[in-house]
Parts: sequence; structure tokens; C-alpha cells
Amino acid sequence: MFDSIVIGAGPAGISAALYLKRANKNVLVLYHGESQLEKAHKIDNFYGFPNGISGKDLYQNGIEQARNLGIEVLDEEVLDVKNELENGFLVKTLNNEYSSKTIVIATGNKKLKPNIDGILEFEGAGVSYCAICDGFFYRKKKVSVIGNSNYAISEANDLSNVTDDITILTDGAEFDLEVPYKVDKRKIKKIGGDGMVEYVEFTDGKRIDTRGIFIALGVAGGLDFAKKLGILLDKETIKVDNSNMRTNIDGIYAVGNINGGLLQVNKAAYEGALAGLDIIKYLNNKK
Amino acid sequence: MEVLKLTSENFDETINSGTVLVDFYADWCGPCKMQSPIVDEVASLSSDYKVGKVNVDDEDEIAMKFRISSIPTLLVFKNGEVVKKFVGVTSKENILDALK
Repeated sequence: MFDSIVIGAGPAGISAALYLKRANKNVLVLYHGESQLEKAHKIDNFYGFPNGISGKDLYQNGIEQARNLGIEVLDEEVLDVKNELENGFLVKTLNNEYSSKTIVIATGNKKLKPNIDGILEFEGAGVSYCAICDGFFYRKKKVSVIGNSNYAISEANDLSNVTDDITILTDGAEFDLEVPYKVDKRKIKKIGGDGMVEYVEFTDGKRIDTRGIFIALGVAGGLDFAKKLGILLDKETIKVDNSNMRTNIDGIYAVGNINGGLLQVNKAAYEGALAGLDIIKYLNNKK
Repeated sequence: MEVLKLTSENFDETINSGTVLVDFYADWCGPCKMQSPIVDEVASLSSDYKVGKVNVDDEDEIAMKFRISSIPTLLVFKNGEVVKKFVGVTSKENILDALK
């Protein structure tokens, strides 16, 4: 079992990992997909680079620094994080499972909700963010998953325990993976129904019937995990104790852009440091 | 006040008068386990309102009547009418605001 698993390899996640490793803690960093930092053309306001540095280089340097210290940093897509209570946390990736005493969510601020008319109106009335929590309400009913990656498939797999009628809606995105479900790539215009979800309407004006819509956009991010774990959110950010980066769940921390506020490398690294230091104390107290 | 276990036997009489917070949950639901202690704390803070929990697994009918399709869902009743619905884990502060 790891002392800590950090999800995300940007400045927040890597900083947390560096502090943990230097205190001899057994830490694993998992990442997948493009970091927000990599998109930054040039960073001129970060200490120590006389000519600035590209976001891409800074990101790669961070990962290299972690690896040079002996930290395992793996490109693996995390699909789910489960709270096993006294047995710690179980992190499921596409091909593996890892357990850990603590979790650091450092996935950046990937959005949770698609920009589709009706999503907010039907939350709790057909729109859900957690197949394992809410699949029960859709036994033998027509359901849809909005998404276009392994995460959407993982949610569909959870739903397949309760219903056979599952459609993955990519909302205009490409989707080449082989799945035992219907796939509809049309762009969605809106979700509608009388008090509860009854249909999805596409931009071509056509509709399909559906009773449940499960949201699983792109690569799963911190907000997706938060919804499934029961981490308190403030709109689309995670609520943390600003002095130590703890969430409301014992042993789960969140750092960096996912907490909102200043979306800067300095702030991300600072929060990573706070979380790393607090986890060291947390683990030592647990002994 | 103590948290009431709500069933089809006692649900209507409980919500019919005063302010009542109802937590719809299931044992398999991870986020419900995070909501539960928050609801317990809210119950312990005042006797101005009642607090109850509905296990949707056992009480299908109540869940269906209130069109619960996502858990945890919290409903606040005032004299039998739903005045507020929270979907997903909700903080103590937001719940207390709705119970005022």
C-alpha cells in the first residue's frame, strides 16, 4: 500500500510528491492527458528562470525532477477512486488498481458539466454524476452516458448491472473505442422532459428517449471523483481547509487549480507543499 | 434531537407539521456516507426542526413519490410541503440556512 497517491503531475501534484518523498514516504504519481500548464506558451512570472520558461518545459522538468528523486510517475488513466474507509483508498486505472492511505487530487480544473441546455435543471431529476450511486433508480430503463473516453465506458459498465439499454452520447466528439453499447455521435441541443428527464434532442432536431443521463466527460478529473466520493464542492471547485488542503474526507487532499482562486504555478506549488507537509503529519499520527 | 428512521409507517405524520429535514440515502452509496454525519450534526444542533433518514432501498415508494433519482438527496419540508431540495453532498451551513 502506498502512503499517498497523487493524481495529476502538474506543479501542485509534483510539489506534494516531492515533500512526501523527501520525508521517506512511499508515493505514486498518476497522470493522463494534457496538463493546463503545457498549454502556456511562456511563463515569465515564476521565480528562477532569467529568460522565462515554456509551460511544456516546466511541466516536463517537474516530472523529471520527481523521477530523479525516485518517485514513480506513471501515465495511467484513473477511472475511479473508492473510499475503503479503514482500509484506505482504492485507485482504479484503466489496467491496474492501487491502494493508498491518502489521496492528493491535483487534476487541474477540468469542467464537470457539459454546456448543454437542461443539465442544471434536471440534476437530481434524471441527470447524475455517479453511475454506481444512482444506477439503482434506472433498473431496466433507457439510460445515456455523455462522454467520449474510457471514463464514459467505465460508467456505462457500472450501469450495465442494472439495465441493458445504454447509449453513449459523444456530443459531437469522435469515439473509436469498441464497446458493447450503442454510440451516438450527434451534437446535443438540449435535455428535456416534464419534471424528469424524458429525452435528449440533437441539433438535427431529432430526439431519443432516455430516462437517465450520466455525465462522464473526457478523462475523469477531480470533480468527477469528488462527486462519487462525497467531497464538498463550491460550484465547480473543491472546498478545502486553506491551511492544510484537507477536504471534508479524512485522508483526501486537493491542490492546485481544482480549488479555484489564483490559477498560477506559484499558488499550485504552494498548495502542493502544504498538502505534502500535512500528509506527513497525518501519516505519522496514524502510526 | 435524535434522527428518525423514516418508513412508510411514520413518514407522512412526521413531515406534516413543522420544519423537517429528510436525508434520502442507501448503504452502497459512497457520498451518502459523507452526508450522514453532517445530517446527524444538524440534528444535534437544535430542536426547532425534525431530522429523518429514508433508506431508498427499503422505502422504494417514498423515494418514488418524491421522484428521488440521485442520492444523497435532502428535502426540507415545511408543514408538509417541500420547500428546498439539495442534490449531492451538502454542507452543514447550506442545510442550516434552509432550515431557518
